[in-house]
Amino acid sequence: MNSTLLLSTFDKIIRDWPYVVELFQKGEIAAALGITVWMVLLSVTFSYVLGLPVGIILYVTDKTGIKPNVVVNKILGVIVNIFRSIPFIILMVAFLPVAKSLVGKSYGNAAMVVMLVIGAAPYVARMVESSLKEVDKGVIEAAQSLGANTFQIIVKVLLPEARPSLMIGAIISTVTVIGYTAMAATIGGAGLGALAITQGHLRGHQAVIWTAVVLIVLIVQLIQEGGMWLVKKTDRRVRNENKRNKAQKNK
Amino acid sequence: MIEFVDVGKTFQSVSGPIVALRNVNLTIGDGEIFGIIGLSGAGKSTLVRCINFLEEPTEGRVIVDGEDLGQVGPKRLRQIRRNIGMIFQSFNLLEQRNVFDNVKFPLTLGRFDRKAADARVEELLTLVGLWDRRKSYPSQLSGGQKQRVAIARALATNPKYLLCDEATSALDPVATESVLSLLRHINETLGVTIVVITHEMHVIEKICTSVAVIADSEIKEVGKVADVFSDPKTRTAKELIMPDLVRYAGKKPGEIQFRLLFNGESSDMPLISALALETGVAVNIVYADTKNVDGKVFGRMVITLPAEKAENADKVTAFFDENHIKYVIETDDEDQSADDTTIAEVADDE
Ligand SMILES: Nc1ncnc2c1ncn2[C@@H]1O[C@H](COP(=O)(O)OP(=O)(O)O)[C@@H](O)[C@H]1O
Ligand SMILES: [Mg+2]
Repeated sequence: MNSTLLLSTFDKIIRDWPYVVELFQKGEIAAALGITVWMVLLSVTFSYVLGLPVGIILYVTDKTGIKPNVVVNKILGVIVNIFRSIPFIILMVAFLPVAKSLVGKSYGNAAMVVMLVIGAAPYVARMVESSLKEVDKGVIEAAQSLGANTFQIIVKVLLPEARPSLMIGAIISTVTVIGYTAMAATIGGAGLGALAITQGHLRGHQAVIWTAVVLIVLIVQLIQEGGMWLVKKTDRRVRNENKRNKAQKNK
Repeated sequence: MIEFVDVGKTFQSVSGPIVALRNVNLTIGDGEIFGIIGLSGAGKSTLVRCINFLEEPTEGRVIVDGEDLGQVGPKRLRQIRRNIGMIFQSFNLLEQRNVFDNVKFPLTLGRFDRKAADARVEELLTLVGLWDRRKSYPSQLSGGQKQRVAIARALATNPKYLLCDEATSALDPVATESVLSLLRHINETLGVTIVVITHEMHVIEKICTSVAVIADSEIKEVGKVADVFSDPKTRTAKELIMPDLVRYAGKKPGEIQFRLLFNGESSDMPLISALALETGVAVNIVYADTKNVDGKVFGRMVITLPAEKAENADKVTAFFDENHIKYVIETDDEDQSADDTTIAEVADDE
């Protein structure tokens, strides 16, 4: 990008600014923001409702897992891999009939949430599986030696011990889903991405595009930074005492 | 009582079958502190893990209190496991739970009254001396403290047995002492039968009543610690128990060699000077590995009487008998030739 082009972009944004203000006053920006946040929340929640059990089953039935089952593991693994290898934009058009059968429409926000879940759940499943794999095998053996059954090991050992890693996985999944929501416009959904495309791109209002971009970046930052702060704060492996001591020494 | 009957274990690996245990026959009596010593890879962990079926033998039977573990269902197995605590080299505590909740964990697996469980945790943490650290997380504890928490956790369900797989191998000497003392205390006061796996002979010496020597997936020798340590019969046992001794303390022709074993005798008497003063016989110390713990001696010593003084041997043995010191006179055995070659090699080096 040469400097004249850059200047003209800024120029356009400044000339467009009143339109952004107008959209803001009409409440359209807040509405788009609200829809994006709501869509992300719903999609991530449902992705975990599906992906968490699948991830657990993948881990448990692995040949080194606590209840190896080659058949179940292979079948689930192949399904997950197929879904993960389809690009999201293709997956969206391919699975419109599924959305229709589930939410009655093959367009709009509800259909978009279905698409997001189909796209993200397999991703979540693998993420959960790899988080569980990080749990020390010795701790699981200790639980077995104490007479824990498979269900108790999952609920009382695996999930709590993997918590920090699961939380990091949730942060990454959420950020990925935010990226996907921007494509909602292609099937008539709303949100910040749709705003940028319909009001910004199609009507030639650069300022709207950049406003949406800034808002999305802010949401991502908030989730990333806030999430990581929470992970560190709740991970008991972090030596809080040491941290305090160091902080005192540095003073 | 724990019984191994013709137990074998073969792992199937990508590079072919690996035999970890072969033809193991062993009986561990109630109330014992039973040591199993062997080098790394000998099959110790596999052996101890067969006792709670973390590892299923591929041959033979493991029988705990009359029940063949291979015959019971998964539910019964879990019940039996609650009667067999286990601690590990790497502690294996729940990192995201504090000390209190780690010890309480086994009590949340069955039907336990909550109040009774809390009381039990307090009792156990007091026993291992960590009640004041109950709110700490494992990452805030030292190795020795972590192992004590693990012991408390393993004892929560009041097990009859406690398995220790290299429980002190990751600890410094001070922490090792404290954990070993705690294990002995548990054995003495609660009557828990303890199985101790280790590659360090001082661990066996300090707390065990009986010992099994394992090498190349086989039990080579079993017996009371005092017997096996003072007079190891097999070459494997000798190498394990007195590695330096086998290599360097070979006896010259005509020389008379005494192997002494100290297993908690009083250390008040300066032994070698007393021997010299009382019998007028001077001996050479060719090997000594003794430790003084609370005024008691543990360890081994090898002394020799030169060939020209051999006639004084009776005086020396009389002195040992009088002072209740266990000794073995080195005799020529099937290992002698092997020892001779080793000596020759050493001599060549000089
Ligand atoms: N899960 C396993 N799969 C394959 N081989 C194993 C497994 N566990 C142990 N082994 C092998 O069995 C032998 C004995 O191991 P182990 O019982 O851990 O010995 P130790 O505890 O005495 O060091 C070793 O050769 C080891 O490599
Ligand atoms: Mg081992």
